[in-house]
Amino acid sequence: MNPLATIVLLPLLAGTLLCFGLGRDNSPARRTLTALAAGGVTVAALALLLSLAPQILAGQTLIAHTDWVPSLGLSIGWRLDGLALLFALLITGIGLLIVIYAHFYLAASDPAGKFYTLLMLFMAAMLGVVMSDNIMLLVVFWELTSVSSFLLVGYWGHKEEARAGARMALAVTGGGGLVMLAGFVLLGQVAGTYELSELLTRGDIIKADPLYPLLLGLILVGCFTKSAQVPFHFWLPEAMAAPTPVSAYLHSATMVKAGVFLLARLYPALGGTDLFEGVVASFGLATVAFAAWVAIFKHDMKALLAYSTVSHLGFITFLIGLGSPLSAVAAVFHILNHATFKAALFMSAGIIDHETGTRDLRRLGGLYRLMPWTATFAMTAAAAMAGIPLFNGFLSKEMFFHEAAESTLPWGVAVPVIATLAGIFSMAYSVRLVHATFFNGAPKDLPPDAHPHDPPIGMLAPVALLAVLCVVVGVLPAVTYGPLVQVAASALLGTAPPEYHLAIWHGFNLPLLMSAIAVAGGLALYFTLQKSFGLPGYTPQRWSGKASFTCLTDSLFAFSGRLTDRIENGSLQRSLALMVLLVLVLAMAPFSAADRLPEAGSRTLLDAPPLAIVVWALLLAAGAALVWTHHARFQAVVLTGVVGMVTALTFVALSAPDLALTQLSVEVVSTVLLLMGLALLPQTSPRESTSLRYGRDAALALAAGGGVAALAWLMLTRDHASISWFFLDNTLPGGGGTNAVNVILVDFRGYDTFGEITVLGIAALGALALLDGLRVKRPTVDTAGRAWTFEQQPLLLRVAARIVLPLALVVSAYIFWRGHNLPGGGFIAGLVTAVALVLQFMALGQARAESVLHGAAGRRFSRWIGSGLAIAGLTGVAAFVFGKPFLTSAHGHPTVAVLGELPLASAAVFDLGVYITVVGATLLMLSVLGAASKENHG
Amino acid sequence: MNVSMEFLVASGIGWVTACGVFLMLRGRSFPVVLGLTLIGYAVNVFIFAMGRLWTSAPPIIGNGEVIADPLPQALVLTAIVIGFATTGFVIELALRSHHESGTDQVDGKEPGA
Repeated sequence: MNPLATIVLLPLLAGTLLCFGLGRDNSPARRTLTALAAGGVTVAALALLLSLAPQILAGQTLIAHTDWVPSLGLSIGWRLDGLALLFALLITGIGLLIVIYAHFYLAASDPAGKFYTLLMLFMAAMLGVVMSDNIMLLVVFWELTSVSSFLLVGYWGHKEEARAGARMALAVTGGGGLVMLAGFVLLGQVAGTYELSELLTRGDIIKADPLYPLLLGLILVGCFTKSAQVPFHFWLPEAMAAPTPVSAYLHSATMVKAGVFLLARLYPALGGTDLFEGVVASFGLATVAFAAWVAIFKHDMKALLAYSTVSHLGFITFLIGLGSPLSAVAAVFHILNHATFKAALFMSAGIIDHETGTRDLRRLGGLYRLMPWTATFAMTAAAAMAGIPLFNGFLSKEMFFHEAAESTLPWGVAVPVIATLAGIFSMAYSVRLVHATFFNGAPKDLPPDAHPHDPPIGMLAPVALLAVLCVVVGVLPAVTYGPLVQVAASALLGTAPPEYHLAIWHGFNLPLLMSAIAVAGGLALYFTLQKSFGLPGYTPQRWSGKASFTCLTDSLFAFSGRLTDRIENGSLQRSLALMVLLVLVLAMAPFSAADRLPEAGSRTLLDAPPLAIVVWALLLAAGAALVWTHHARFQAVVLTGVVGMVTALTFVALSAPDLALTQLSVEVVSTVLLLMGLALLPQTSPRESTSLRYGRDAALALAAGGGVAALAWLMLTRDHASISWFFLDNTLPGGGGTNAVNVILVDFRGYDTFGEITVLGIAALGALALLDGLRVKRPTVDTAGRAWTFEQQPLLLRVAARIVLPLALVVSAYIFWRGHNLPGGGFIAGLVTAVALVLQFMALGQARAESVLHGAAGRRFSRWIGSGLAIAGLTGVAAFVFGKPFLTSAHGHPTVAVLGELPLASAAVFDLGVYITVVGATLLMLSVLGAASKENHG
Repeated sequence: MNVSMEFLVASGIGWVTACGVFLMLRGRSFPVVLGLTLIGYAVNVFIFAMGRLWTSAPPIIGNGEVIADPLPQALVLTAIVIGFATTGFVIELALRSHHESGTDQVDGKEPGA
């Protein structure tokens, strides 16, 4: 298999299945095994990536394509270039640390299998996002990250805030993803391709298109929601209800980076315009400063880190937005740096929470003495976050200041000023994090059982590794992250960036001055706030993004609730009347738009013989009588039967013998069914409608009937072109039969028929489910007060039924057999058999009839349905054996001794399946209805 | 003036539809079932008539020059059988509802209750 696909499929299939299988039992041994499996899969993916890395670092781009739905332009395409490699290494590398850390972090009662399965799913989704070469495939993985992050944030589903946070994260990022999908569709239309490898070379066409601003806006909504840019940032702090390993992984290193990844990925196609720069860089800049300011005032360590993450994402967004090539270098460099120090800080926060039972900065303090190692590593990472020299964050922050000072944004000098302010705020919250946690007196109000000390090595090692990395990269940037940054920046820009130098010392210049101001200003700001304004006593203001989101969703729910109540008040009559009205309006709309009403067509009409007029008059009379006297229900069933008979006669007269036979036999069984149902229901309908209601219903009914009649008239007076002539030409040569209707049913459109008999079977099974075990007490007297008798059926009927049964079976066999060439076939034969069997039920009583048929109160008939469907399905599958598509038929005319030449078609076997299903479904319906009233008589 | 078959069929379909809609809008389950059955008849004949009307021309090959359009017939044949299954299902639903709620009012409660 292609190595690129393997990298994604390893966690997607092997990872999830292994973790799910191993983690079903939450014993300590199994927990360790699950973590090992997750770790092993991650290591395998990482190793595979590293084995490909030399090629990428040498400047190659690996691409692999498999067709998926070529007609829609969809393919499964994988792509590994510098940008993808950078992200994939982050995802697998940090992922591995998280797997180790989480094993020690999770409590023994937390289900490890669930955690690692979801983590693997998420890892696969992220790898898919960064390695897709088709933007539609990218969307699929993108939404998968939203879904898996929803599940991970809500991992502790018993906590209200975890559920609420997960919902909000899904609503914002999933909703943003949908908007982005719309943008992608436009992008694909404009560019004429959904493949990134081609799309990235068509930037000029895309940017010149009038749809460019729209599609850019839609895609940016997706990026900004995912990467928590203002004003969509509020979901990220709420998602901190997740277990800390999840926060460290999803909400610092990977998922929230998906938005900036996409900005970087599509930069050659979308970026470089004034619009792109203005919008992206401005939103980024606003986010950097705003979120850094808010972070200072958060008392929860994770909330502070969350806002800091939002701020740093704004930092990256700002850099990608700016047009200059060096800002691209700074952006990818900071993506790596931020992931390194922020993951370490989240994991430190998790350790502190684990050891002290709280993350509240107002209660913590003095932990440096109690857990020196944790403190050292956390302070290292915090120094990187603040941008102190010798730590990696300093380098990218310098570049950020440099770009801000040189930016061509229309905001002028405000840009470097805001950037410096953001630097001051970052310093302030970093100092607060360190000071309030590790110094500042002793911890207050800790739980009595908390004895804070350094955690086991498994929890500390990942933090240590990342902290060491912060220093090493900070000192030696060019030899550590340098090569990766170079290829990633090339992939972002579409060309190699100009000469640049990753180093600590660039001489005394403006960025250095801005850094100095930021460090000094941040220290001053924190201690001033702490001393003079009582930072720990600060309570957040009421207005927030979260509150407005909640308010928005609440009012949406209330609105849809009111709307639903308006339309649907629980009354079926009202709903049906509205539906009929809606259909009328929809059907009339096209006519009202036309200049004049359509007239009858010019087709030569058929003269109606007198008999037809008589039958028509009978129909009108039966319908009128039915409406008039429907309160008398028995009579209404009979009149409905009359309408059915007229329908059958219509089919006879108008060259549809198959339909006539079907209608006639259906008429018998459905009348029996209606009468059996009626026996258990009230015999009359009360007169309860007001005359107003009658008037309304009559108007609706007449309008609907008049409309249908008019449509039918307009249609019938016109000639038609039909695809049927194809069927007629091919019925004999292609289907091996002369009855076109039957050949269409069992051969040309066999797939439809298979679906239809399945529906038939489901309806019958549904009836069984409704009535199985139900026993309705039958009334003992009729409406006139006369007692019902349950004596044995008349002798004559019993004798007749006995004689009729074999005859009917022979007739149905004959109808079945000739169906391919003359009117008949499985449906009709099945109904005829069913009618004959119903007669047995009536003559012998249900108990005896079913003992003959082994019906077991109807339940057994479900097996008939099953075997009928199986026969039909297997006939279809048999075509595979001959290398043909499903349900391809074969036919021949073998000569058999005695019987002579037999026209045989494989479709006949399919028809047999139809036959058995029809008999089974019909009997099942009748039988469960009969069984419902079997007892309690007398 | 001669009356045409087309007129009879079109007006017949319309009339049965009207009766069906009226019964469907009643408040008791049994007339609703009958109404649905009637609408089923009308719809089936309407679809059948899409192939236009032909006399003495059943769609059997070799039965003469002109033969009727077989496709709507094939569609309607299965529709009739499924219509029967639907009728069966709905009548059993009505029975169950009557059993559960003690009334055959379609909303499961007596008017005014």
